[in-house]
Amino acid sequence: MNELLHQICSGLAAGCIYGSVALALVMIYQATHNLNFAQGEMATFSTFIAWALIHAGWPYWGAFAATVAVSFVGGLAIQRIVLRPVEKASVLANVIVFIGLAVIFNSLGGWIFDYEIKSFPSPFPQDAPYATRYFSAHELGTAGVMLAVLGALFAFFRYTPFGLAMRAAAQNPDSARLVGIRVGWMLAVGWGLAAAIGAVAGMMVAPSVFLDPNMMSGILLYAFAAALLGGIDNPFGAVLGGLIVGVLENLLGAYVVGTELKLTVALMFIVGTLTLKPNGLFGRAVVARV
Amino acid sequence: MPDLLEVRGLHAAYGSSRVLHGIDFSLAAGRITAILGANGAGKTTTLRAICQTVTTQGSVLFAGAQLVGRATESVVRLGVAHVPDGRGTFAALTVDENLRLGGYVRHDRSGVAADIEQAYRRFPRLHERRRQPAGLLSGGEQQMLAISRALMLRPRLLLLDEPSFGLAPMIVTEIFRILRALNEDEGVSILLVEQNAKLALELADRAYLLETGRVALAGSSAEIRRDEAVRRAYLGY
Repeated sequence: MNELLHQICSGLAAGCIYGSVALALVMIYQATHNLNFAQGEMATFSTFIAWALIHAGWPYWGAFAATVAVSFVGGLAIQRIVLRPVEKASVLANVIVFIGLAVIFNSLGGWIFDYEIKSFPSPFPQDAPYATRYFSAHELGTAGVMLAVLGALFAFFRYTPFGLAMRAAAQNPDSARLVGIRVGWMLAVGWGLAAAIGAVAGMMVAPSVFLDPNMMSGILLYAFAAALLGGIDNPFGAVLGGLIVGVLENLLGAYVVGTELKLTVALMFIVGTLTLKPNGLFGRAVVARV
Repeated sequence: MPDLLEVRGLHAAYGSSRVLHGIDFSLAAGRITAILGANGAGKTTTLRAICQTVTTQGSVLFAGAQLVGRATESVVRLGVAHVPDGRGTFAALTVDENLRLGGYVRHDRSGVAADIEQAYRRFPRLHERRRQPAGLLSGGEQQMLAISRALMLRPRLLLLDEPSFGLAPMIVTEIFRILRALNEDEGVSILLVEQNAKLALELADRAYLLETGRVALAGSSAEIRRDEAVRRAYLGY
């Protein structure tokens, strides 16, 4: 019983990571109707930056904040420089650009920081008083950080005029321009936010999975599963989907398929959702007039 | 009075299909001007060309500033509000959020709040539905919301695309009464595109008749109303 509860708890902690990356995917999807396949590699590259800063002697939270800031600016710049020229191009053209970005960041990470697997520190000491039987200190800390990020994002989109303008621009760009919103910049800020969320997720997951250029590839798959399961156009669904995928992946890994086949669970979710309930659990069915 | 809007040799096209072939017209500050014409004459495109949401050539001077070549959002920031064809409300956002977005470019928070209250006084129906998504409103309510959102900009020029389209006659009368009040009490200049020529000529001071992308007739509303051809083709008597 204890073992089961422990599996569920660490599943929830991992689920917070999947949910956050899924949220980053959904944010970009809502605005552009494209899935950013480079999201994972961008997050890995951000984590490398944090690693380099920590090794240069920066305090952990200083490196954390600097990495988030650099990632935000980097995401913004990528949208403005790389994606703006293909904004009106076909979906396939965009997909190719995303794959290109993924390859570039993967290779860049390996080239600059080499392919050797690195350990990454956790800011939460192992013997912290809040560690319990079910949650390790790092798991609980991760869940706390990711929930804080989600809360901040929710408040930003719900209560600030800028967040409202971003929602408007994603929903109806033509009308957004007619009220004076600079839609192009809203897209860029969306990319910046997605990159920043990815950076936080990367730094939180690195202590348990270790840092190498392919660190996020599995996690991105879980995040895709989470986003699809929750409904690709629903931010809350994405987070909830992340938690569901995290828990089930852990349970199935521990009791059914074994840890080696865990990734199959993600694929199972993706295929299952797309065949049985294509709009996900909380997505809207989109009816197009033809 | 000097012209607020001066359009010279305006061409507009969607890709390779050209819709406007060099039209000229002007609008005096504080006045209401109507653009009339049949389907496909280029009325909607004329408004889009002013807002730069379609490829244009020629000259559009608004209070001395050249609009051709500007981004749509910067045209809007000069004080041109457009109630587009199809109303263009944000369907998934609430009525209240739609109105707040209308005042997005303004920096006077208290002024925006006061104007939202004013919009609710003008259209009490919107107040009742302020927390509902705009997509759930009826056609008339959507038009009220679209006009109210445009006014949140405190525009100097209001572009209206078929405000009577698809609405019950009683609601149309109400909306036109409010448009007149806006013009008379607050000095908002209005450029109105309408298929309902009778209604438009009652409201407007001047009118232009478009035929296949060219100005076929221009004059005061009274002159246009007296024109034999217009009467037969557009007024039906």
